[in-house]
Amino acid sequence: MRASVPYDGVVVCAPVTVPYQRFSDRSAHWWAGKAMRALADATGLRPGDVDGFCFASFTSVPDSAVGMIQHLGLAPRWLDHLPTGGASGIMALRRAARAVQCGDAEIVACVAADTNHIDSFRQGLAGFSRFSRDAVYPYGFGGPNATFALITDAYMRRNGVTREDFGRLCVAQRRNAQSNPCALQRRPLTLDAYLAARPIADPVHLYDCVMPCAGAEAFLVTTPEVAARYGLPVARVLATIERHNAFAGDPVQWRGGWAMDVDALWQGAGIAPGDVDTVQVYDDYPVIVAMQLEDLGFCGKGEIGAFLRATRFEIDGDLPLNTNGGQLSAGQAGAAGGFQNVTEGLRQVLGCPLGAQVPEARRALLSGFGLVNYDRGVCTGAAVIERAA
Amino acid sequence: MTAGRPYRPVRDPLTRPIERHVPPALRSRAMHAMSAHAALGRFVLQHCTDCGAVTYPPRDICPACWGDLAWADQARGATILAETVIRTTTDLYFQAHLPWRIGTAALDAGPVAIVHLHRDLAVGDRAAMQLMLDKGGNAALFALPVQGEDPMADPQWREFVVPVHDRAVLVTDGDTALGKAVVRALVAAGAGAVFAGTSAPSVPALAADDPRRAAGVRQVPLDLTDGRSVARCIAQLGGPIDIVVNTARFVRPGGVRADAGLLHQKRALDLGVLGLLRLAEAVAPILAGRPAGAFVDILSIHALAGDARFAGFSAAEAARHSLLQSFRHEMRAAGVRVLAVFAGAIDDADHQSQPSPRVAPARLAQGVIDALALGREQHCVGDVARDLMDRWLADPATTLREQNG
Repeated sequence: MRASVPYDGVVVCAPVTVPYQRFSDRSAHWWAGKAMRALADATGLRPGDVDGFCFASFTSVPDSAVGMIQHLGLAPRWLDHLPTGGASGIMALRRAARAVQCGDAEIVACVAADTNHIDSFRQGLAGFSRFSRDAVYPYGFGGPNATFALITDAYMRRNGVTREDFGRLCVAQRRNAQSNPCALQRRPLTLDAYLAARPIADPVHLYDCVMPCAGAEAFLVTTPEVAARYGLPVARVLATIERHNAFAGDPVQWRGGWAMDVDALWQGAGIAPGDVDTVQVYDDYPVIVAMQLEDLGFCGKGEIGAFLRATRFEIDGDLPLNTNGGQLSAGQAGAAGGFQNVTEGLRQVLGCPLGAQVPEARRALLSGFGLVNYDRGVCTGAAVIERAA
Repeated sequence: MTAGRPYRPVRDPLTRPIERHVPPALRSRAMHAMSAHAALGRFVLQHCTDCGAVTYPPRDICPACWGDLAWADQARGATILAETVIRTTTDLYFQAHLPWRIGTAALDAGPVAIVHLHRDLAVGDRAAMQLMLDKGGNAALFALPVQGEDPMADPQWREFVVPVHDRAVLVTDGDTALGKAVVRALVAAGAGAVFAGTSAPSVPALAADDPRRAAGVRQVPLDLTDGRSVARCIAQLGGPIDIVVNTARFVRPGGVRADAGLLHQKRALDLGVLGLLRLAEAVAPILAGRPAGAFVDILSIHALAGDARFAGFSAAEAARHSLLQSFRHEMRAAGVRVLAVFAGAIDDADHQSQPSPRVAPARLAQGVIDALALGREQHCVGDVARDLMDRWLADPATTLREQNG
């Protein structure tokens, strides 16, 4: 396989978060517009300055990115729409970076926005995918909770991981959320409370599940020159990977596409997993966090149980993870849930987090996971970024 | 003759009736094809006509080589890889049936599937896969233990079949050999109350071995050619019925031009076709309110491809088959199963001039019980019906010529 070209002449900057709400009567268009406004407020950009637009949303229907640019008054010369949910943040970063590097666009706004009306979660589920309609939802209609319960059940048996191990992750993320004023769930969570929570779909219990909400996330990808002109602190992209429908022959998902390309990621970045200061991984369920830590090389395959028990994931811990609280504590704003790993990682390396700062954070690993089309997440991606000196 | 029904307190008409829901029903066209096979009791998956790969969930093209797919019977074995108990859902049907067990099963045929899991199955167990129809009439994979107790003890399994035990059943024509056999089979299967329709209520003194003398059976006047009789019959049953078995039919030989016997054909249509309409109208609201309502119609297999020697009767059966499919469509939203039990010539007075093989009424009656217990929508009893159904499924046009050649 050809190695990918380094991301020279590209920077990523201006992470913004439109504070989440559990329920909203606003539309995805409004949330996207507020994200654009937050970008403008943070940078001084005007609508005419944005010449590239990359968009992700589940609730903008019937509008795609096309409807959105007209709604938002943009006239970009480069446009992309990502239906990949939890992987959309990494994929937006990759696509926008190449567009800027090659000159197809100079200032790309990457935006994810979703609303959450009362009952929109149920309605969104019902029409999610053809395989889900045919072969998943008629089986108890447990939604993603049930699908990930099956994945978690098999993973725990395979790796000897216990609920306590997953509990340590969830408790650490909740502790991280306490410094983030935008997190929807900030009340302290103890391991005992985690273990005593009501079952949702065994072995998945209440605190293994994210809270659906409304919200938006956005960032800019541009050239170092443009960023300097606007006076924006920036990060460089050291390396990225992306893979879809990997290991389709695995009977139950116990690894993701990251495992296929992990060597390319670290070789491209020129560093090792131990060299990053924080990791922001997709956390729809703790089993997926564990899978990413394994697949991205933070511990050996099969050693995840011991690794979870030996590692402190708090902001001041050994491996600061999901420092805004992750989706498990901050909330899952649809596709924006696949962007918050990018915006939070970017904030940490740029020194402007929503909550507490990881001391001396310079490099971050970002990872995404999206779209349970049938029995597993299909889309995966990861990126390593570093603060530009 | 006994009262036929255990005492039931009269329901307060102001109490809110329980509304019944069905599982999510939206499916792809490929999935509907799978359901059509499930309705007949076949366990099928798609395989590639080029490379042979077996695939699931249903696709429109082979994921291994992009060849075309065809449905084929598959091995029923499977191994359970993962399990969960769903305890919360946003779906109204499943909300009423929580907790609900599902699992991941590695099918011996190749693919991995999410399946309904019998309560005795655990991870690592071998399972026997059944392709069932759910309450909404769509195909669903259900994993049963390879050996073990009667699956009817599992409440989840009972959602996919029609239990007869302790249920109230109406048999529309109990006077015929077939009707009597159905009554006898229902009693043997443990039906709680059986109402046997009779068009001659004044005929006294049933023979000693007449099944209508059994405990729990009551004769009720019923004439499907008379709408008022149907309404009166349903009103005087004294409570809801769970299952209706329509055994009424009028069979006479006759062609189209030759020996048409118009008077006979008129009665065949009035009883068989309009009678079905009168009956369906009267029982539909009652069945819709039951947790496992079912309407069984016994049809001649010549409903599919007419028999020239019984032209008028075949036409009535074809019309009835068509009505039944529309009725099934109407009753899906209420979760009521509409079954067609097909047979060739029956070994009774109607078919005295027909050569063998003929189906014994008792065998056909057992077929009705089996179809309910297996959760079928279509069920063939006897070699003649099975053979004609197979040929018709494979090539309807040729079968029509053969039958009338």
